[in-house]
Amino acid sequence: MSARCPLHIVIVGSGPSGFYAAEALLRSGRDVRVDMIERLPNPYGLVRSGVAPDHPKLKQSISVYHGIAQDEYFSFFGNVAAGRDVSIAELQGRYHAVLLACGAHEDRPLTIPGIGLPGSHSATEFVGWYNGHPDFCDHAFDLSCETAVIIGQGNVAADVCRILAKPIDELRTSDIAEHALDALTASKIKEIFVIGRRGPAHAKFTAKELRELGSIAGATAHASAEECVLNEESRIELEDRANFNAAKNVVLFDTFAEQVEGHGRKIRFRFCLSPVALLGLDRVEGVSFLRNRLEGPSFSQIARATDQIETIPCGLVLRSIGYRSVPIDGVPFDDTRGLVPNRAGRVTDGGKPVGGLYVTGWLKRGPTGIIGTNRADSIETVGNMLADAMELETKPGADALRSLLAKRGIRWVSYAEWLKIDAAEIERGRKKGKPREKFTRVDEMLAVLPSHA
Amino acid sequence: MPHIVTDNCQRCRFTECVDHCPVQCFHADDEQLYINPDVCVDCGACIPVCPVQAIYDVVDMPDDKEPWVAVNKERANVLPIIDAKQNPLPTAEARRAELGF
Repeated sequence: MSARCPLHIVIVGSGPSGFYAAEALLRSGRDVRVDMIERLPNPYGLVRSGVAPDHPKLKQSISVYHGIAQDEYFSFFGNVAAGRDVSIAELQGRYHAVLLACGAHEDRPLTIPGIGLPGSHSATEFVGWYNGHPDFCDHAFDLSCETAVIIGQGNVAADVCRILAKPIDELRTSDIAEHALDALTASKIKEIFVIGRRGPAHAKFTAKELRELGSIAGATAHASAEECVLNEESRIELEDRANFNAAKNVVLFDTFAEQVEGHGRKIRFRFCLSPVALLGLDRVEGVSFLRNRLEGPSFSQIARATDQIETIPCGLVLRSIGYRSVPIDGVPFDDTRGLVPNRAGRVTDGGKPVGGLYVTGWLKRGPTGIIGTNRADSIETVGNMLADAMELETKPGADALRSLLAKRGIRWVSYAEWLKIDAAEIERGRKKGKPREKFTRVDEMLAVLPSHA
Repeated sequence: MPHIVTDNCQRCRFTECVDHCPVQCFHADDEQLYINPDVCVDCGACIPVCPVQAIYDVVDMPDDKEPWVAVNKERANVLPIIDAKQNPLPTAEARRAELGF
């Protein structure tokens, strides 16, 4: 293989999948230059703005990303949005390959009457808000009601529930955004329903997250004993050794079903309920559900609605039924699956590979898996990218990107500059005994830096 | 609480876990892998990808696996990091069958 011109790769997005792709490229042994563009001035995607503030250990993967960013052949271009500041076609003209790692930053829609009422939000908004993401810093959540309903039983639902249920003093020393800390301090929420469409054997929580919900100081977790009775099909599912997580969840739900009512906050797991309408005139006053019954054979049981209606009065509804990727101009998009069509990371259009365009992470496989899942995923994409001969043509890479951005007056943020913003956040936090106080506006971050790069 | 690799890894070493680890906490000798408890962030990404369920969160490991907590710590401290998937040991498929997976 000739190494006349280094391989110039640009990664769009700076979350885990982007950084693990950079790592795989930089350690491939090839003569490669990796540039990463990111819409926000800060890197790290959902490790910064998704991982809950009370899970600081998970954020330690940032130290790995920091190490990757130190590589002399890696450059970061923060505050540069693909599709706004630079098009995918412009990147393709300047790089041998464009690797899309933009994740999935919209929530899956839930189209039922009343979903737009004040007091009804997506978990995506709530998570972005308490984590200080600039897109959500101006959102407001009314926590003056006593009952919240969370629709969905995955790990995002668990995070949201925990943040609502935890004693506020346990959040004060986290990196939770100040506006969220203030709102949660005044919270009147006493009861949190966490609702699943199917049965206890089908909840998507990892057992670890579920166990944590059962051990929050001052709160008790409950499940309806009646709803915890498993049908034969579910029992068969749990006997499969591959299904060990669900088996652990079911044991936990059974202990929650026996839990005596405490005096503090109550978390109530409910099953086989599908929301059909949010009730209320000016704001949410309740959720109306249809009871489901499970139908079909083991491992493919579906929730079939019955005619039984149940209403849960509440003042806050958070829907947590999954994320969805957003289409990118100039890139094929599978609207049904909400991702970029691809074959093991090679972007396809009508089933045929689109040369020079690759995808990884949630945008590639859909919003499943956790931080580490993206490492294996990016290793696969990069392996395929490097197997495609690309360096036959000479490409200018970062030099051409810099001149394009300069010509457009775009104030991009380098990694060294991000470290200045990072230091300023840490300093702001230090005064309050927090690991950092995030800047929640792009302007605030840029104000830390000199006006021109 | 950390995660640990246990004896099911011996004669297998599928190393699927390694590519799924976000923080490079795996170490290896010729026999099996070990997790460095000081580096592991307890995300659990490795647990479902192990073909022989050799990895446990210490919180819910079976009682007889308890000695592996100390073994992982000791061995991880003296062995090199393994940060990319390798070929399984030649005995891996036979061992997997023996373990009933």
